[in-house]
Amino acid sequence: MSAVLKRFPVRLDIRRGSVDMTHGSGGRAMAQLIEELFVRHLDNELLRQSNDQAAFAVAAGRMVMSTDGHVVSPLFFPGGDIGSLAVHGTINDVAMSGARPLYLSAGFILEEGFPLADLERVVASMARAATAAGVPVVTGDTKVVEKGKGDGVFITTTGIGIVPPGVDISGDHARPGDAILVSGSMGDHGVTIMSSRENLQFETSIESDSAPLHELVADMVAAVPRIHCLRDPTRGGLATTLNELARQSGVGMVLREDAIPVKPAVTAACELLGLDPLYIANEGKLVCICARQDAQRVLEVMQMHPLGGQGAIIGEVVEDQHGFVQMETGFGGSRIVDWLAGEQLPRIC
Amino acid sequence: MKYVEEFRRHDLAQQLADAIGKAVDPDRQYNLMEFCGGHTHAIFRYGVQDLMPPNVKFVHGPGCPVCVLPIGRIDNAIQLVEQHDVILCTYGDMLRVPASGRKSLLRVKAAGGDIRMVYSTQDALAIARDNPGREVVFFAIGFETTTPPSAVAIRQAQAGGLGNFSVFCNHVLTPAAIQNILESPELRTMGSISIDGFFGPSHVSSIIGSRPYEFFAEEFQRPVVIAGFEPLDVMQSALMLVRQLNEGRHEVENEYTRVVTRAGNIKAQTLVAEVFELRRSFEWRGLGLVPYSALRIKDSFGGLDAERRFDMPAIAASDVKGCECPSILRGVKRPTDCKLFGTVCTPDNPMGSCMVSSEGACAAYWSYGRFRQSGTPDARESAA
Repeated sequence: MSAVLKRFPVRLDIRRGSVDMTHGSGGRAMAQLIEELFVRHLDNELLRQSNDQAAFAVAAGRMVMSTDGHVVSPLFFPGGDIGSLAVHGTINDVAMSGARPLYLSAGFILEEGFPLADLERVVASMARAATAAGVPVVTGDTKVVEKGKGDGVFITTTGIGIVPPGVDISGDHARPGDAILVSGSMGDHGVTIMSSRENLQFETSIESDSAPLHELVADMVAAVPRIHCLRDPTRGGLATTLNELARQSGVGMVLREDAIPVKPAVTAACELLGLDPLYIANEGKLVCICARQDAQRVLEVMQMHPLGGQGAIIGEVVEDQHGFVQMETGFGGSRIVDWLAGEQLPRIC
Repeated sequence: MKYVEEFRRHDLAQQLADAIGKAVDPDRQYNLMEFCGGHTHAIFRYGVQDLMPPNVKFVHGPGCPVCVLPIGRIDNAIQLVEQHDVILCTYGDMLRVPASGRKSLLRVKAAGGDIRMVYSTQDALAIARDNPGREVVFFAIGFETTTPPSAVAIRQAQAGGLGNFSVFCNHVLTPAAIQNILESPELRTMGSISIDGFFGPSHVSSIIGSRPYEFFAEEFQRPVVIAGFEPLDVMQSALMLVRQLNEGRHEVENEYTRVVTRAGNIKAQTLVAEVFELRRSFEWRGLGLVPYSALRIKDSFGGLDAERRFDMPAIAASDVKGCECPSILRGVKRPTDCKLFGTVCTPDNPMGSCMVSSEGACAAYWSYGRFRQSGTPDARESAA
């Protein structure tokens, strides 16, 4: 017998197979799943070390770290899927400190019975997103839960990044007089997800805006290193993000409804469902707060980047001990843009 | 969207505001009740009150579908889930309304109850078809607007022999409620509230028409203007009400002519009459028992009536102590008069139904009146 014994004589049947409990048991089946599915797609030097951790050298300076769990349903939607979302979401959380993201980790919780073909689609999409962003997944973990105890697949990603010298961005840095900017139209992701849920049968041309924002951020901080706050308005939408920042900084805000970019199709879908676009999630947009004199420069840089083309100055930070976020309505009145209470639910009448 | 944005135009709003400003008699007060939660929502969302002269006040009425449902009926729905193991299908707004014993449909769902949020009665029918081994109940609530879709679902279930589907009917009627408010002692004898005119419902009137309001406009000598739900509709209707009051008229006028006719939607009315009949009386939160103010499923569709299919005893449940929802729903008190408002009762932790829905007066005040009282300068002032 001179032939080299294969580690896994029978290849994983990705086309017809599905996840079972052995894939999480720590035995040969798990090793095969990791090798033939995860490593094959996400392959990079650090992942190939095959240790329980990835080892790498770090530069001097400030590092940031962030983690994000992804439980989106449906798993695949126009403009993305849970895999690309898990990469973009964490890259964006890291980037909102002004940092350059370096590495990601990924933890998968798989539900027994989940088709391997779907898993491969998700992992391949993650790999594409990570490669495109230049931020590799360098370590990971897989667990399997019994059927009915998960929803196909849940993915938690963690990212680390390094902050360029001279950049100090934080949610508590907004000051009265500052300008408030957004990088593009609000509500695209949330409306896409709602319209793809099976019990909501309406079709829209809207796609999720899921995208990695670190390069946009890099351009912005290169032009204006003293940006005060950055945050991506994900769950709870723009309204929730601005309320968080107002509370952290102890200031109020005044927005101009007419200045906030919202695509007509998103407005229409929200109209139909009785929802407010300001409370709908985004996955490829950011909110920026900077000194008034820097606002025009930040806006120009933003608009030059493909992910910030629809950027706009939407309001300003004001002194207000109560931390209200107010809005001048397009109609000519004013209203409060409050925290989202509970889930945003459609109105009846 | 073009045809919606046109009803939200700032320049037209300003013109109407000027016209109302000129029309009002500075020596009198105009208290105008918007019956519908849809109007309440529009007034707050677009800041319509800001454009009104100080002597024109909006009084918020009981027309919020989730607000007026008494707690006992929600307790009934919860019993269906907990004791009869049904799949309960409900509109989203209902989920967070507090029931007895610190429960809500959302909490029962979290504890394992099979409660599904649906957008239409057709979703509920689909769930029944997909789950032939389970009893599926649609929790039907709302005014005349949501009644025809329930009637359609009942007819379809009957025709299709869908044996595991039934409807827990809580549909209520608008004219009966308005009449009840006008007959209330606070208004007629005690004088603790004054309502000078009404904004008539928008979607409800598209079904029932403007005719049903003619009786009480005459009987109670109050003008009614059927108003659309867009902010310009509200302002135009306010101007029409102001003019009627100035001229001593009390007629039913229709601002929402692009949708509402005098006779309404005859086809929908026929459908509703085929499936539903009047209840002798029905309890409303805030108004108490109101005669002939709600619908029940007719005998001919009795097999689809959850109240006949399951043992559903009437539950007399009381509101949380101190909760002023009942008085607020009658327009007797304002949300800020309630001791619970903003202290233990907030949109995140609602004690009463008016704090739940964005159509509820308390939730609207929370986002607006609270700010008005805080002393924070208005956006338009600080921007100037």
